[in-house]
Order: sequence, then structure tokens, then C-alpha cells
Amino acid sequence: MQPAGPHPIHDEPPAPSDPMSDYDVHRIRQEFPTLHQEVNGKYLAYLDNAATSQKPRSVLAVVDRYYREDNANVHRGIHELSRRATLAYEGARERVAEWLGAADASEVIWTRGTTEAINLVAATWGLDQLGDGDEILLTTMEHHSNIVPWQLVAHRTGARLRYLEMDDQGRLRMEDLDAVLSDRTKLVSVAHISNALGTVNPIQEIIAVAHARGALALVDGAQAVPHRKVDVASLGADFYAFSSHKMCGPTGIGVLWARRDLLEDMTPYQGGGEMISVVGRDESSWAAVPHKFEAGTPNIAGAVGAAAAVDFMEGVGYEAIQAHESSLIRYALERLKEIPGIKVFGPVDPAERSGVISFALGDAHPHDIATILDSEGVAIRAGHHCAQLVMRHLGVTATTRASFSLYNTKKDVDRLVEGLEVVQEIFGTG
Amino acid sequence: MSELSLSSLYQQLILDHYRNPRNKGDLPDKTVEIHMANPVCGDEIRLQLRVEDDRIVEARHVGHGCSISQAAVSMMTNLIKGKELSEAEGLARRFTDMMHGDEEPARDKEMGDLRALQGVSKFPVRIKCALLAFDALQEAIKKTRSGD
Repeated sequence: MQPAGPHPIHDEPPAPSDPMSDYDVHRIRQEFPTLHQEVNGKYLAYLDNAATSQKPRSVLAVVDRYYREDNANVHRGIHELSRRATLAYEGARERVAEWLGAADASEVIWTRGTTEAINLVAATWGLDQLGDGDEILLTTMEHHSNIVPWQLVAHRTGARLRYLEMDDQGRLRMEDLDAVLSDRTKLVSVAHISNALGTVNPIQEIIAVAHARGALALVDGAQAVPHRKVDVASLGADFYAFSSHKMCGPTGIGVLWARRDLLEDMTPYQGGGEMISVVGRDESSWAAVPHKFEAGTPNIAGAVGAAAAVDFMEGVGYEAIQAHESSLIRYALERLKEIPGIKVFGPVDPAERSGVISFALGDAHPHDIATILDSEGVAIRAGHHCAQLVMRHLGVTATTRASFSLYNTKKDVDRLVEGLEVVQEIFGTG
Repeated sequence: MSELSLSSLYQQLILDHYRNPRNKGDLPDKTVEIHMANPVCGDEIRLQLRVEDDRIVEARHVGHGCSISQAAVSMMTNLIKGKELSEAEGLARRFTDMMHGDEEPARDKEMGDLRALQGVSKFPVRIKCALLAFDALQEAIKKTRSGD
């Protein structure tokens, strides 16, 4: 069915397939209804995937079907719909646990997203375990959601924040890691992949060094799960946080994975229904992990959608996705070089990046670039990308960011380049 | 969106104010200063005025941002110099009306270079950029009147 409205759905003719690859990007694009529309009279080129990805039909269908056929509250009713809703919700948890390489489904806590997952750890483990003079090691590459929760906890506990800095290519200065860790470091909390620069961090090495110094490691995986296979067991992390909406799932659902023994010892996050065992006047006892951390009616449809997104990503195949995106990034970096006055931030070696290309173009401000590209049907992001420490490191207040997904094509890159040529005409930056 | 509206948005006059901002720099003998930022995009304006007997005798600004926000504050500071506070308030009101689609102010010579910003009204997500300077102006007037 064609939705009515101001945005005509029309399909671009398929791009000629790359003979070197059997990755059928055109067929994948057919699964994403939002991609097939005109924006400002131009065919949409959606390159704002690091903000959120579009959703495939399979995810839309399971969310729709859940509400149409199975909707009920979970873990409460004796009736048939409640049984089905509970099965769907817990089945989704098992699916995600298996995909993540968790030892057990109870290690998967549903949250609203990466931000809530990190806040959960800060507000429970952080307040329980951190004391005056303890240290939390972050990096200057972090998204605000992996900085501010720790500032809040540090103010309440007397703990100190320390930072691992970046080099001039936006890579972590690994040679400094040992020096910024101390005997007081209780936690190292670091992004798997930078949302502002696309830098892929040597996360396994960081975790190993943190453990050797007696610290735990939390990984912000928000920008990793849309692009590569993550296995928490082989990474060796203690906490891993991500959102579903950047990997083709619904908004408002995400995951905190944590080692079972840590979860057992942690204080509950929010109090309410679902998370209790017995409630007395002054004291209550808690439900078992994971429900101890899931107060209130959860986002059941979101969880079901998140599992469908996992199915979708695995159906396409992470190896194929990574190969496709890597060739896109290489192509984009080459094409952007043609534009006079452009400055691309982040690692020079494409092998050290994923998903994101942040850049500046002459003295054209990123917001102006974004408006001009939008008028050309090209959706990108302009701003500080919730990473003001990164902006300060680069000596800018904002960047323009194009970010890629499994459904983007070389044609999308060409459209970006053509749009930037319009910016040049207007701003005379060439 | 047509090429036409894009060219109406980025007129040479706007780019000229962006590249060569008028009245930029600190005002040593300011009587009021307002800091305004758009947290969404990071545009920042520090508007500094010297007000004597309800008249703006000098206006300057410091900050950074997109061409629209910077051109607007450059044009605005040119226009408000020498104006009574009530006149400056009227200017802010008329500019805000213009941003919300009123075409009459765009024909008014009193609006000076600000008329070039009329095209912004066709770009809803950018209206905030143009209004940042005037939000600062209104705050500065309020603060001056309250005698803080």
C-alpha cells in the first residue's frame, strides 16, 4: 500500500551491481520503505545513520503484529494474551543474548537505549562501588552519554574522572593508557566506535589492560552493533551498552549486557512493579536478575522489534555488511578528496574507521551545509554530535557528518559530493 | 525546495555580513551583556550594549555560528545603534513577524539589511538561527529596564 501524503514514493532505477560483490544492495533497499521518497523534490539520500537508521519491513511487521495479536502486560496475567506477550518479550531477550554471545539470557537487561544503560551502571554499580578518590577513566572521544552520567556519580561519591586523549587523527593515544590508569581506577568506560569521527578503538586491548590494573570495563557499543559482529564473551568486557534504533530496530529500546555476577551484586535501578519479590512496609526484596532492573511495564513491542532487527542484520550477514560499508567509506573518502577546501577529520587509514565521515568545507558553517544538502535531498547531520570534547580537540564548534548504513550506495555518496558542489557554488569555497 | 529559495536564503549580502561581520568584538564600556546559545546547534552570541537614557548608543557582539545567525546579529547591531529601547523593541517584533511569514516588514526600508533574511522564513529549522540575535536584544532591553 502506498501511503498518501506530500512525499511521493517512487523507486530509483537499480544501480548497476558491483560485479566484484554479490551483495545486492538494491534488494536490501527494497526492505526499507522510508528510503523510497522524495525530499524537497529530490530522491532521498539518507546519510544520517549514526543518528538513527531506517527500519526494515520485518521489524515494522513484528511490532505491528505484536500490538494487533498478542498485546498484554508481561509476567502478570494468567490469561492467554499475557502468556504470549511474556513469551515474546523473553524470547526476544534470548535471541539478543544468543546474538551477543552472552552466557545467559538473564545477562541482558532491557533499557530505553545506550544512554539509559550507561546511566543504570552509573547509578547502581557506580554509587555502590565508587568512593572518595576512586577514578573512572574515560576518553575525550566519548559521546556525552558516556561522560555526564559519570560526572553525576563523581560529584556524589568524590570519585575523579580521568581521560585518555586522542591524537591528531582522532585515535586514542594508546601509548598513554598505562599512565592514565592508576591503582584507584575502578572503571574504564569507552566507546567501541566513535560517533563523531568513526574511529574504531582497539577495545580488546583496552579491556585487557584495564583488567590487568584491576579495573572493570564498560563499552559503549552504540556505533558498533550497526556495523560489526559483537561477541561480549570474546571481547572480555564487563558491561556492554547499545541501542536498537541505530541497527534497524525501534527507538526507545536498548540493552545493557553485564556479567551475571556483577548484576547479582548491584542495587536495583528504579523501584516499582516487576522488579520486586516481596514488598513490606519498610523493606522489600528484589526479583531475580534481569527483572530486578526492569521496573514497570517494559517496552514489550520494542523488545520484539529489537530481536527482529537482530534477525535482519544476521540475515544480511555482518561480514557482508562490513565489506559493503568498508568499500563505501573508501569510495567516499576518495570522492571527497576531489572537493577543494575540504578537511576530513578522523583516521586517515580507512581500515581504522567505521560508519562515519566528519568534515569541514572552507568557511561554510556545518548548519549551512546541512540546509543546502537537505535542499538537494541529502540528509546528513551538522553540529557537535553530542561530543563537545571531540569538537574542542579538533578546534571547531561543529562538523558536518555523513554516516553510512548497510543500505547506502555509491550513488548516495555521489549525491553527497554533488550537494557539496552546490555548497561551493554558494559559498565560493573552492 | 527549489534552487530559487536556496538562492534567496544565501544572498550575497548575507554572506558578506557572515564573512565581514559588523560591530564584532568586545565593547569595553558596555552597560549590559546577554549570552544566548542554541544548544541544538551550538550557535553562540554575546550581545553587548551601551545604553544611556533609554537609548542604545553602542552595540557589539562576540560569538560564532552559522551564516544566518552571524549575519543577523551583524545587521541588527548596525540598525539598533542610536535607537531608543522602544524603537529597538519594535524592530525585534517586526523581524520576528517577518520570520513567521509576514511579508510587510520585508518591504520596509527601516528594516535595512535585515530584509535580506526574509528567505529564512521558508526554512523552518533555520528560523531559530535568525532569531537568536533578537532574543538576545529583547533580553538585554528587559535587563536594562529592570535595572540589573
